[in-house]
Amino acid sequence: MTFSPELEAKFADLITHYPEGRQRAALIPMLMFGQEEVGSITNEFMAEVARRLGLTPMQVDEVVGYYSMLHKKPMGKYHVQVCTNVACMLRGGAELYDQACHKLGLGHKEVSADGLVSLEEVECMGACSWAPAVQVNFDFHHEVTADQLDTILEGLKK
Amino acid sequence: MALVNVTINGVPVQAENGALLIEVARQNGIEIPAFCYYEGMSLQAACRMCLVEVEKAPKLMAGCTLPVAEGMVVRTESEPVVKARKTTLEFLLSNHPLDCPVCDKGGECELQDMTFKYGVGESRFTEVKQHVPEKQWSPVVFYDAPRCILCYRCVRVCNEGMGVGALGISYRGVNAEIIPSHGDHLECDECGSCIDICPVGSLTSGIYRYKTRPWEMEHVGTVCTHCSNGCKTTLGVRNNEIIRGNNRDKSGINGEFLCVKGRYAFDFTQHPERLQTPLVRNEAGELEPASWSRALKLVAEKFKALAGPDFGVIGSTRTTNEENYLLQKFARTALGTHSIDHHRTGDVVTLIDALSGKTGQLAALEDLYTSKAVLVVASDLAQQHPLLAGKIRANFRHHKAAVYTVTPGPVREDKIARRSIRIAEADSLAGVEQLREALAKEAELVIVFGDAVQGDKVRQLVGFGESLGIPVKYIALVDYANSRGALDMGLLPGLAPGYHAAAPGRSLQQMLDDSSLAALWVVGANPLKGGRKLAASGAFVVVQDLFLTETAQCADVVLPAASAYEKNGTVTNVCGQVQRLKKGVETVGAKTDLAIIGLLARGMGVNLGKVDADAVFAEIAATVPGYNQLPMPVILTGGAAQTHPVNGGVPASLVPGLIASARDTLFTTGSLTRYSKILNEVLEKPGALYR
Repeated sequence: MTFSPELEAKFADLITHYPEGRQRAALIPMLMFGQEEVGSITNEFMAEVARRLGLTPMQVDEVVGYYSMLHKKPMGKYHVQVCTNVACMLRGGAELYDQACHKLGLGHKEVSADGLVSLEEVECMGACSWAPAVQVNFDFHHEVTADQLDTILEGLKK
Repeated sequence: MALVNVTINGVPVQAENGALLIEVARQNGIEIPAFCYYEGMSLQAACRMCLVEVEKAPKLMAGCTLPVAEGMVVRTESEPVVKARKTTLEFLLSNHPLDCPVCDKGGECELQDMTFKYGVGESRFTEVKQHVPEKQWSPVVFYDAPRCILCYRCVRVCNEGMGVGALGISYRGVNAEIIPSHGDHLECDECGSCIDICPVGSLTSGIYRYKTRPWEMEHVGTVCTHCSNGCKTTLGVRNNEIIRGNNRDKSGINGEFLCVKGRYAFDFTQHPERLQTPLVRNEAGELEPASWSRALKLVAEKFKALAGPDFGVIGSTRTTNEENYLLQKFARTALGTHSIDHHRTGDVVTLIDALSGKTGQLAALEDLYTSKAVLVVASDLAQQHPLLAGKIRANFRHHKAAVYTVTPGPVREDKIARRSIRIAEADSLAGVEQLREALAKEAELVIVFGDAVQGDKVRQLVGFGESLGIPVKYIALVDYANSRGALDMGLLPGLAPGYHAAAPGRSLQQMLDDSSLAALWVVGANPLKGGRKLAASGAFVVVQDLFLTETAQCADVVLPAASAYEKNGTVTNVCGQVQRLKKGVETVGAKTDLAIIGLLARGMGVNLGKVDADAVFAEIAATVPGYNQLPMPVILTGGAAQTHPVNGGVPASLVPGLIASARDTLFTTGSLTRYSKILNEVLEKPGALYR
């Protein structure tokens, strides 16, 4: 399996971050960055990462299943993530999630028919001080209100 | 080895410094309960059941990962410990379905036992339990996720014990579950180790599930009848039917190790095509059922008339030592023939000859676990000899043994090998030579070799071993449950029991090819498999077998025989280790080969002495070199004792004929394969052999 030169460079760099013999520690970042380019965590991608890190495809599969941000099926071009953990929930995160479901007509980890938008109810993204938080791809939106969420979501449809 | 003083429950004990507390306690008769800890596997520390109180430690400690140290004071059943265990159990049961009344494991479930012991009668959890439907992963493996307590035992036994790695754990929290290698199904050895090792009823066996309660079975410890490794298998028998095979008591040379054949492939005994009555060819040329008395009378009369040098006898690689011994004795004395042979699958004869004058160079199974180095030549060991391969893997895992492979294609042992040489089987010795330098640096070595190394090549290999200047032991691989016993008992032209010279005779192939053969008596073998023909078309052919094999179809008389699970006796494994078969079930219609030989002898008026397994074994022990020093208490109590064959030259040149392994894999087993439903159902069949 081949990747873009940029991703290859990133992988090469990642592997140097960990002590000799502990290269498997690069697994999660490799999956994260690779997912961006490949679109999802495919079996082929898992096998390739396994090969590079000296793991079995099963070991990679175990990790992919564990982390909700790693997707075996492609998510939308815009992946909307709404946090409903404690701090966000207290500040209206759950309502925001319901609103997003309604507005997009999507449920947890569902993708719109045109592949443009997907929705996910996520665990804490470390933005408790600015709860409730919403993340679209890698862009953060803090202290989101119902109106702001509408604007964000409408922006995606253009 | 430094010893430290530890106090467990007020009892002072001494233990090796750094040993795990759970093991030290166990050795001193104190059980620290644990679900995830498993002897011989890597540590997991996942279940929290083994918490113990250690003085001066701020909180309860996990006994499974705690190394003992000088002065340590431990309490394993104090009030805080018992309370912690109750809580752990309450937590483990929080999503457990408690369907014990219909669970296969009920009655022998570790979770049930612990719940019973610590009396967790109530739970604070009121949430609805999360149900997930049961999944079938293969014909033999079912997985019920809600019952699973995520101890990782199955994952580890598959990774470490089997070297397969077909199981993993995925998802998180209450959703976490075991996942199989291929999305929705398993592709693996189908060995079922994961099922046996499961402390709860999460992994269940396709052939055993919902069939019985464990306490309704009798448990009969006998020896698997498939390959030559000689695994002890404990048959679960109910109402004269074998319901399961496992070896949970860890008895025998294999401990709890079993492959798909040992655990499941006893089902051939109940195959509908099993012969239950003698068959005699009638005037129309068809085989028709006949009574035992008529069939035996006919055979005895014919044998008496045809006895002489043109009588051919072909013995079996699955019948017991007693049957083999009696067969050759009967043939060589009463039938007056020296044409006696069997399907030979490895050149043990030349190996024993090449080692004449030396002692202690025939490896026992345990040597594969303890030797510092192992060399595998021309065998796909994990497929052909699963227990031997398992011992080597354990040796690598526990002792970092140096493993070397010389094979024509990839084998599982490559993964743990220091060096792997890819070379055609015919050139195996050249491959071995490439390893000379590395092997000479090892402290000791066991060489395991397949049928490609035979005749002079065996002598060259032994010469190579000698030249290394280190202690070397050998195992000549043979295929079937009593292949080694057939050789030891003299089912060979030119060799009597114990590898002593006998008058020369025809080999198996020569018997088939010789048109002057007057009679052929085939006991538990299928020499006409694959369309081979008997040249002597007029010969009187008698076949004793379980099924109407190709050979039986050509017979004049077919006598239905009992399988290894239906008789007593002894068998000798690939390493020359003798073990006892114990009768698990009665036969319907069939008789043991021993009984048939005895009845034929009586019909012919020949006195063979007392024909019963114990009496014949006593005669073997008294007369066959190598079998005369076996420690009987070991064998009688279900252990394995290694024979020490003659220590002088073997007239190997007297033995003509072919030596060829049948190249069975994990999922095939000679003619028996087609009668085992389970071996035919698994996807993996036929299994790799150098792909």
